[in-house]
This record gives sequence, structure tokens and C-alpha cells, in this order.
Amino acid sequence: MTYVLRAHRLGKRYRQRWVLSDCTLDIPAGHIVGLVGPNGAGKTTLLSLVSGMLSPTAGTIEVCGGRPGSGAAQLAKVGFVAQDTPTYARLTVAEHLRLGAKLNPRWDDALARDRIRRLGLDPAQRAEKLSGGQRAQLALTLGIAKRPELLVLDEPVAALDPLARREFLGDLMESVVEHGLSVLLSSHVVSDVERVCDYLVALVASRVRLAGEVDTLLATHHRLTGARRDPSRLPAGQEVITVSHTERQTTLLVRADTPVHDPTWTVSQPGLEDLVLAYLTRPAMSGTDRSALEVAR
Amino acid sequence: MIEFHLDARSGVAPYLQLVHQVRQAMRLGLLRAGDQLPTVKDVVAGLAINPNTVLKAYRELEHDGLVAGRPGVGTFVTRTLADSTVAAHEPLRRELRRWLAKARRAGLADDSIEALFITTFRTTMGEDIA
Repeated sequence: MTYVLRAHRLGKRYRQRWVLSDCTLDIPAGHIVGLVGPNGAGKTTLLSLVSGMLSPTAGTIEVCGGRPGSGAAQLAKVGFVAQDTPTYARLTVAEHLRLGAKLNPRWDDALARDRIRRLGLDPAQRAEKLSGGQRAQLALTLGIAKRPELLVLDEPVAALDPLARREFLGDLMESVVEHGLSVLLSSHVVSDVERVCDYLVALVASRVRLAGEVDTLLATHHRLTGARRDPSRLPAGQEVITVSHTERQTTLLVRADTPVHDPTWTVSQPGLEDLVLAYLTRPAMSGTDRSALEVAR
Repeated sequence: MIEFHLDARSGVAPYLQLVHQVRQAMRLGLLRAGDQLPTVKDVVAGLAINPNTVLKAYRELEHDGLVAGRPGVGTFVTRTLADSTVAAHEPLRRELRRWLAKARRAGLADDSIEALFITTFRTTMGEDIA
């Protein structure tokens, strides 16, 4: 299997503070990966490590088979659209394309021109005169025409209105079909990326809390409600993610590879957003605690 | 050609929503044998959804023998369902109308009628399986 991103115990520290710790990921190529988590969780740090804008303090990282930032060949493989889809305010649309052509060895000029025409952008227009949605589309055009194997986008839709957001993501998906590239995009709002992602990584307080294919994550999590009881007496193989009790009722979110058949529970399937929220609110466990727990169970 | 839509709040998996919409369009005669389904590229561009969602839906329809993919051309409907189902069952529709009128006369509100239909439908499905 080819991997678009492999990280082993990856970490980044600024002075005394770890902004990313103990991050281990193996993400196969061909996915559209959503990186979600609250603001300040370390999403931008991870994306900067992937694109080679930062170098790690600890651990290893491999992107499209190479070390990020290791040379021109590696830079050509990874496209990076930073937060708020930045463009050069004083440059025109056409000048952006010329810059892209000069800086990127695999630049696809026909693709770039075609996209600009289809978007109805005036090549003579300066970037500062474009709307937010148009600027985002220009930045996306530069990222796609670079013809990368992996396109990394940091909060690409956060600043867009709902219509521009839909158009931007629709265009991105169209490019995925046309060029078969992998995508890694971050968002602090799960519902923004839920429709487009087939792989999810949830980052909380500098650590990976949840990672996997969306279909698998949805199929292996179950919400159980029933008469109040002690959740520690669940069968082996059912890992409790969250618990809440009222006087008479217990509600659990459990992770289990097989369906839950216990008839005393009402079983339902949580959506992706509920699932991520459950992991966000789950008390933090360090890597060693978790493995200890798994052994004990 | 049909156009897909998605209801994010329905709780039904997006790929299943696409499958249902094709089946429904076939039953209503909007899609007939030989008609082309929208290309994966067009669907993902319009709905802003993951390409695998569309591929999964088309695979399921193909598995059920309703559509067939022609490499490099597109996905085409292989059967016509409309005549054999809705249109041909006018007598059943008339009976259902009479039954609905009866239910209303018996004092059932619309949502009670719906609940009665669904529970009965599920019970008989359960009996068929057992």
C-alpha cells in the first residue's frame, strides 16, 4: 500500500510548550482527509510539518514517500494553501499564474487558464479587488495547477459564505476526480468537511484522539441508551467513549467492532459530528495510560 | 438525466440517498433503459461530496442489475421499471385510496395513518423474513 502520510511519534515544541505531541498516523494515498479539532489544537502545526514549512522536534514524518522540505522534488509533490487562502494583493490574476509557472516544475498552464476562464475571473484584475470566494478559487487554482500528489489546505472554507463554500468544495472534488490527487484539509467545524472527507483525523490539545476511514468509524461506534446501570460491566470488546447518566437512564457511546445485540439497550448510530464531539469531550489519556487500559481489559 | 440532491439531516447515508433517488426515478419513469446517469465528476462538483460516495452508490446499483458502467463513457440504466410497477398498479392505487378514505372516516389523523401503515408494513416484512 502507498501512503500519503506516515508519522511516527511526531512532535513539535515551541520553547517549553508542545503544540503537537506523540502523533502517529498511517494514511493511505487517494483519500480526502479531514483534519478537525478546536482552534489551537495543533492543526496548522501538523499541516505545516506535512508541507515542510516547519521541521519536527521529535519523531518522524514521511509525505508521499519523502521527507517534507527535503528538496525541490519533494516540494513539487505537495501543494499547500495556507489559512485564509492568501494571494498577493497587488498582483493580477494573470501575474499569479505566471508566478505559479515560474515556481513550479510540473505547472499545468492550460489547466490554470481553463479554470480561471470557467470561474469567470478577469486575468487583469488585481487580487485585492476579488471577493473572498474568488480569492479562494484563485488560490485553489494555483494549488491544483501545480499538479501535486497531495494538496494541503488549512481551513479553506472558514471565511467563505455558504454558496462560495459549496462551490469551492465542489470544484475541489471535481479536481480530485480529474487528477486523482490526495487531499488533506483542516476545519474547526466538522459539518463543513463531513460531505467531502472519507478519512478523518481529530486533534485535541496537541494530540490525535481519533483517526480512521469515515465509513469504519461510523460502523464501529454505537450509542446505547437504557435503564441506568454501571458501564464498567460491559462485555469485552466494547470500549466506552463517553457516559452520561440521569436518575433512571444511562447513555453510552461505545466503540465495538461487532454490532451490539444486548436487547436491554436501544442502539442507534451517531453521526460523524456527534462522534467527533464525543472524542473532543472525552477526558484526555496519555499514550501509555491508554495501552495500559487496553491490556487490563 | 436526473439531478441528485442530499439531505444532510435525514440520517440516511449519502450513498444510500443517491441509490434511492435513482430507484425512485426509475419507478416514476424518469429514468429508462439506455438513459445515462450523471458522471461522477458532475455529481461531486454539484453536491460537493466525496467521489467515493458516488462510486459506492453506482456500484450498488450495478450490483442490483439496474445500471451498467461503460468504461470511459459513463454509467447507463439497463432496465425500465416504470411500467411494471407504479403505472401498472392502478387497481392497487384505487384500493389504497379507498382504504385511506376509510381510515379518515374512522377518525385517524394523517400521522396516525402513516404510523399504522409503517408498523403494518414492517410487521409483514418481519413475517416474510421469519
